Amino acid sequence: MDFSGNFRSKVKQEAESHSRLQMYKVPPEHKISLEDFETIATERLKLLRDVETFGIRRKKDSDEYSTAMWTSLRKYLDYTYSTDDQKMAKNKHNIDKRRKESENDNTSHFILRLAYCRSEELRRWFITQEVDLFKFRFNFEAENFENIEKFLEENSLKYTPISKEERNERLSKLACADYKMVESNVKMINYYKVHFTEALDLVRSRKVYLEKGYAYVPRDGLVSIISNCFRVHLSHALALTARSLPYLEEDERLLPRLTSLSRQYLGQGYNSKKEMPGGKITLGQIDSLSKTSFPLCMRQLHEALRRDHHLKHGGRLQYGLFIKGIGLTLEEALMFWRSEFTKIMEVDKFDKGYAYNVRHSFGKEGKRTDYTPYSCMKIIMSNHPGQGDYHGCPFRHYDADILRQKLVAYGVPHPAIKEIQELVKDSHYQLACARYFEVTHKVSLPHADAINHPNKYVEESRRVHEQLSTGTIKQEPLASTSIAHIAGSGGIKTERVTQSSSQTSFSSTTADDVINYDVTMDDDLDEGALESMDAMGY
Amino acid sequence: MADETSVQNSQYNQNDLPELLKQYYKRIFPYKLYYQWLSYGEVVSPKYFSHREFSFTLKDDIYIRYQSFSDQKDMEKEIQKRCPYKIDIGAVFSQKPKDNKSTKTRNFHAEEKELVFDIDMTDYDEVRTCCSGASICKRCWPFMIVAMKIVDKALKEDFDFEHRLWVYSGRRGVHCWVCDETARKLSQASRSAIAEYLSVIKGGENQVKKVHLSSKLHPSLSRASKILENYFPLLMLDYQEILSSKETWKNVLALVPDENILFAINMMYYFLIFYRFLPFEQRWEDLETELNDPKKKSCREEIMFQYCYPRLDVNVTKGLNHLLKSPFCIHPKTGRVCVPIDIGRVDEFDPFAVPTISQLCEEIDDIGRNAATDENQPSQTPKGYKSALLETSMKVFETFLLKLDVENQERLKQEKNEREKTTEW
Repeated sequence: MDFSGNFRSKVKQEAESHSRLQMYKVPPEHKISLEDFETIATERLKLLRDVETFGIRRKKDSDEYSTAMWTSLRKYLDYTYSTDDQKMAKNKHNIDKRRKESENDNTSHFILRLAYCRSEELRRWFITQEVDLFKFRFNFEAENFENIEKFLEENSLKYTPISKEERNERLSKLACADYKMVESNVKMINYYKVHFTEALDLVRSRKVYLEKGYAYVPRDGLVSIISNCFRVHLSHALALTARSLPYLEEDERLLPRLTSLSRQYLGQGYNSKKEMPGGKITLGQIDSLSKTSFPLCMRQLHEALRRDHHLKHGGRLQYGLFIKGIGLTLEEALMFWRSEFTKIMEVDKFDKGYAYNVRHSFGKEGKRTDYTPYSCMKIIMSNHPGQGDYHGCPFRHYDADILRQKLVAYGVPHPAIKEIQELVKDSHYQLACARYFEVTHKVSLPHADAINHPNKYVEESRRVHEQLSTGTIKQEPLASTSIAHIAGSGGIKTERVTQSSSQTSFSSTTADDVINYDVTMDDDLDEGALESMDAMGY
Repeated sequence: MADETSVQNSQYNQNDLPELLKQYYKRIFPYKLYYQWLSYGEVVSPKYFSHREFSFTLKDDIYIRYQSFSDQKDMEKEIQKRCPYKIDIGAVFSQKPKDNKSTKTRNFHAEEKELVFDIDMTDYDEVRTCCSGASICKRCWPFMIVAMKIVDKALKEDFDFEHRLWVYSGRRGVHCWVCDETARKLSQASRSAIAEYLSVIKGGENQVKKVHLSSKLHPSLSRASKILENYFPLLMLDYQEILSSKETWKNVLALVPDENILFAINMMYYFLIFYRFLPFEQRWEDLETELNDPKKKSCREEIMFQYCYPRLDVNVTKGLNHLLKSPFCIHPKTGRVCVPIDIGRVDEFDPFAVPTISQLCEEIDDIGRNAATDENQPSQTPKGYKSALLETSMKVFETFLLKLDVENQERLKQEKNEREKTTEW
């Protein structure tokens, strides 16, 4: 971190220009009290957690998403809702407010960089949320395109539109590349020609016309290019920060604070060393438990495994880490997988091809990382199932009709199925899962956020069953609960409830149990080794 | 995994493989061209080649990773010593892979690799009616032809990649190695974006409808759809007979969105009453007419895409560190050589005509015997021996290398210029 004065003049410039979008190229250099240090960092962290939650709960181009994002931005960054800089500039008070706002924005960003540069997983999480936040703000500022131009100029991001001739030659193709575009519109707007590697988001979703290695990006797609720059810059900066962090660590006051900050995001992490309600789960119980206490996603995987005696790579990972999470030991897990797989293959083949992966996921091979079970967000967002796959989230990845059939088959009553389908339609996958929990257990959950991890689901289920058997709680006929109300009552209210609940979980993770959360990277699972095993045809 | 396969050769016997491999690696494997490919022009000090990971699969699935060779001679020696059942090519690493145990893992990481694609016939099981699993036949092979044509065109026209090597995997699929310098240097994120760009069919076992298109096709997809149009009637209607039985007809109807339940019922009814007495072209035409309704939007295209559009194994493409079976390996189950495919004449490529290792060894024995009787020499490989069976495949490979060499030379010249500039400073 360079806190020296080299950039003094630049900082001044940036403050005066009032551009609220930042590439965060210049670290803050003013003094800050430890208390403020912690407060503004925590506020930003809450904002980033919201960014994550909203991103998964709502469609990013929906009004709901933008309302939710706005509420959080205002709450945590004291953001002002106006893109009209000139109007803002007329009022001295406004100018000061803007300046303070961007200063806090900058400072809190840099503090979190310090806290989140320290492992691959932390970096990835931080980058994802910061990029989403940046995109949202960029799109908002783009309502007034001058702001964007100013921002591009300040950060010397030079993009020149292609000539009319170049554009007109490709009219129909440019129009077809974007479903919202018609040819007459293409003539009106500017296109930028960049190498396709600079517009990966658009390439990935096939939202841009490609020709000979170049992407023709319409003005509205600029956000994708710029956020890519932002991502690259941030990722590079985090790597540098991580390298220079050891020199900072002598500071006894900062280190504990940074450590605690970096632990807080792991709200949805899961620590398998916790005590399982109702006693340790044994191998023999798995079949019956899969019916009574497994979430739908794991029940599907379990059934597929029992039926086919095989699961593909994605399924093995999702299910394997899950059963590790519910407390099976390595030996039990090996026995479990072996007993199924060897129904269709030689024991020898299993031991050579698959046992390594099981041991690996327990941290006994390769990098020896003890991998954490996948959270709902991870299951919903990453590694979409493909041909032959049974993993993923049933509420997210199944056809509506197939989901309905499953629910019917599992005895979910008709009205509840309807509710679940409504929740799914609005992309409330976790709420749908929570509702499924409620109807299958005939109890109501304390708050809508109760289910955010498959392993938590099992734990919760075991707790309920234990309490039912001891008579601590009673079943309700068909709990019509919090969740149904929340979703039924429209966007704003949904917002309020989810926010307060995400706050609760936030503060609860700062409590004692946080110390147990392992900081591991669960994404890369020594890709080389595992994938190559797959590549070898297993 | 199922072992049965219809790609069988009467002459090839798996039990002979160890003996045949010895011969193959000693006398037939094209080391020189292979080395020329993977050294990318660096003949004198092959840093690129020596940092490349190879992995061997030996008898009984013994699997050794992180092999690397200092040069062609070293590679020849190791391959002949181990006689691997399978050779995989991995990434180019920051250090020599064989030293990875001694160097700190921190500095040991994958830096570059060809952009690769893997298309496997098993991924077509839900749409093919003739075979399943590892087997292929003449009725389903055209799936691969369509896939290769579409992916190849996109790589060339959309991404501007020039050096694309298509290879038959020896049994039931094809691979593509994109060897342009820009492709080799692509980041993981770029690889993943390209893989997604080329993936249209998405969904697991619990999703029936896996293709959703907007009413306007993206230029890349409309190019693909032209290719699909060409093959769909023959491949799907004739070879795969998807409109011929009640079951398959139902599967097609299932792809029409839910709101049209009545439509599905009606169509089913029509089918039972009189479609089965019509020729399949007529049935398709009729279905097309029925689908020509703004409410059903792009359903006709969606059906074609779901049935015929390439199904990539995206994980192979995404991972910089992912291994892929090397060209010129022998597939242990079929005995066939993983030969390059001439993409310009891909329609003519016949996987069942690809020579097996037994045929190759026999061929060379014959040549050896003839040479021995003619010139009274020990039966050894004649100098400059060229297999007639592999001739066309080798030509494809040579043409590919010739073109690649132009890029290599240009790059090396540039690098040299830059070096000289810096030394002048």
